[in-house]
Amino acid sequence: MVLTFVEICYIIYEINMNGLCDMTDAKNSKLGIFGRRMYETRYLHLLALPGLVYLAIFAYGPMYGVLMAFQNFRSRLGIWGSEWVGFDNFIRFFEHPHFWRLIQNTVIINVYQILFVFPIPIIFALLLNELRGRYFKRTVQTVSYLPNFISMPAIIGMMVMFLSPTDGFINQIVYFFTGNTVHFMAQPEWFRSLYIMSEIWTTMGWSAIIYIAALSGVNPELYESAVIDGARRTQMMRHISVPSIAPTIIILLLLNIGTLMNLGHEKVLLMQNPLTFSTSDVISTFVFRMGLEMLDYSFATAVSVFNSVINIGILVIANTIARKVSDTSLW
Amino acid sequence: MVRDKSISSKILDIFVYLVMFVVLIITLYPVLHIFASSLSGRIANETGAVTIFPIDFTVEAYQMIWNAGTVPNAFLNSVQYTAVGVTINMLVTTSFAYALSRKHLPLRGLYTIIAIIPMYFSGGLVPTFMLVNNLGLTNSMWALVLPSAMSITNFIIMRTFFQNLPAELEESAKLDGANDFTIFVRIVLPLSKAVLYTIGLFYTVAHWNSWFPAMIYLRDSDLFPLQLVLRQVVILAEDIREAAISGDFAAGEAFIAGVNVIAIRYAILCVAILPMLLIYPFVQRHFIKGVMIGSLKG
Repeated sequence: MVLTFVEICYIIYEINMNGLCDMTDAKNSKLGIFGRRMYETRYLHLLALPGLVYLAIFAYGPMYGVLMAFQNFRSRLGIWGSEWVGFDNFIRFFEHPHFWRLIQNTVIINVYQILFVFPIPIIFALLLNELRGRYFKRTVQTVSYLPNFISMPAIIGMMVMFLSPTDGFINQIVYFFTGNTVHFMAQPEWFRSLYIMSEIWTTMGWSAIIYIAALSGVNPELYESAVIDGARRTQMMRHISVPSIAPTIIILLLLNIGTLMNLGHEKVLLMQNPLTFSTSDVISTFVFRMGLEMLDYSFATAVSVFNSVINIGILVIANTIARKVSDTSLW
Repeated sequence: MVRDKSISSKILDIFVYLVMFVVLIITLYPVLHIFASSLSGRIANETGAVTIFPIDFTVEAYQMIWNAGTVPNAFLNSVQYTAVGVTINMLVTTSFAYALSRKHLPLRGLYTIIAIIPMYFSGGLVPTFMLVNNLGLTNSMWALVLPSAMSITNFIIMRTFFQNLPAELEESAKLDGANDFTIFVRIVLPLSKAVLYTIGLFYTVAHWNSWFPAMIYLRDSDLFPLQLVLRQVVILAEDIREAAISGDFAAGEAFIAGVNVIAIRYAILCVAILPMLLIYPFVQRHFIKGVMIGSLKG
């Protein structure tokens, strides 16, 4: 970069002027330009303070507790007094008899989610978009949000009641056709299906919102000119509607694949019982049992650190692939 | 819009309406069945005669719940935790989001990174549990409201909303001598009702439906929120006497033989889900905006 003589003179002049100002104003000379900007935005920093304090304590505070994973932690001794054991806790997990079962259960439920739970809101949104009656459309949409507002204990509670072998209405249907009742909640082979079906029921309408919004943003002229060209509605769905939500689909699919080894404990914890552990025990519930029930803090923390590292790894890989294949990526 | 009147179009219409009716039935039937069963007599419930209309209409299940006291108490606990929790959520989230939405804020980038990292990496269950323990919050309401004082997703939705407000508003107020705090309270918040309702509802639902923190942090059953009681009575099928009569053993013995256990469980389910089902339709027109911002710009 070449500066002209005039420009250099101007910069020197600027520096001198500011320097002069700094000498006349004692406060500014101490704080400098950055300090002055901080002072001018003091109210904004004050507004940000509660959030920063919250993050420092409850988001970053526990990160420090992650050190327990590399220790033989004793509450009495605390993190500074406990003995360091390196990767022993991790090795204990790798050698745990249920290691592969936990990985497999976690991954299978997530794969099922991608295969069965993920596409349904897309289909629902596409069909809803074809609905002509405005009031009926709004009614369906409002009703479809409803399950999203029902708590997890209530949803699992409903499942328990409906599937009850003695008086649940689903088992009465089963009895009507087969003459037998099935104890669904106690059979490991039913766990995954129940998990996925209840997941579809809970999330379909809510997850569809984003696709519905994307579809409502499509220029109507596209459809109109397609009609004039003699396109059928199914063709318009395929060539106008689907492409218009494709970027959204890719991003959300990416997020889903990125959480392949990430499954929250809340729902599984409510659904599972020791009878179904062979299919229902996943990494997060194992962490819960080891940590908060067996009080083996170090081991549980090691398991969850292992899981977090894998999760981040998968997310980075998924994102890299997406960036190569298409223009859409998470970051 | 030009309308396609071909036969294939009519077939598509029929198919779409059919699918939507199935969706309506599948979504509504379970909920209506719960309400109907909670109002039905014992024999009707045990023989499975109830569909979506109550049979042998009775409100005895609700009377029993009311008289036993456990559920009303848990209901009030839930109301309290939700009110306090949402107040904290809104104060922390709106002010933090507003500050980080101002482009002239020094350190803005740093603050944003500090806020985003916990989305991808968190300490996990056990360290969080021990932190809450060490802070002395266990067995109190604060263990339920402080660790979830701000949701990062909701923060991002709000920040994006504030960023998109026209800058002229702020500039003219600045010329009149208003400081950032005044601008935030007097100008920005009144213009942000839509996002405040949406995020407020998200937080309300999250607190009302929360049960896991209560399960790990609360020991006294007097402090339990409704969802935790629901889990005990319905899912764990704990002794119905304990739940319904809260320890009065003699009274429990007296009625356990003829009690309408099924209706009681369904009634508790109703009480637990009804408040949120009544609120959400009023705020739903704001959802689309909120969800769009949150999921695409995160």
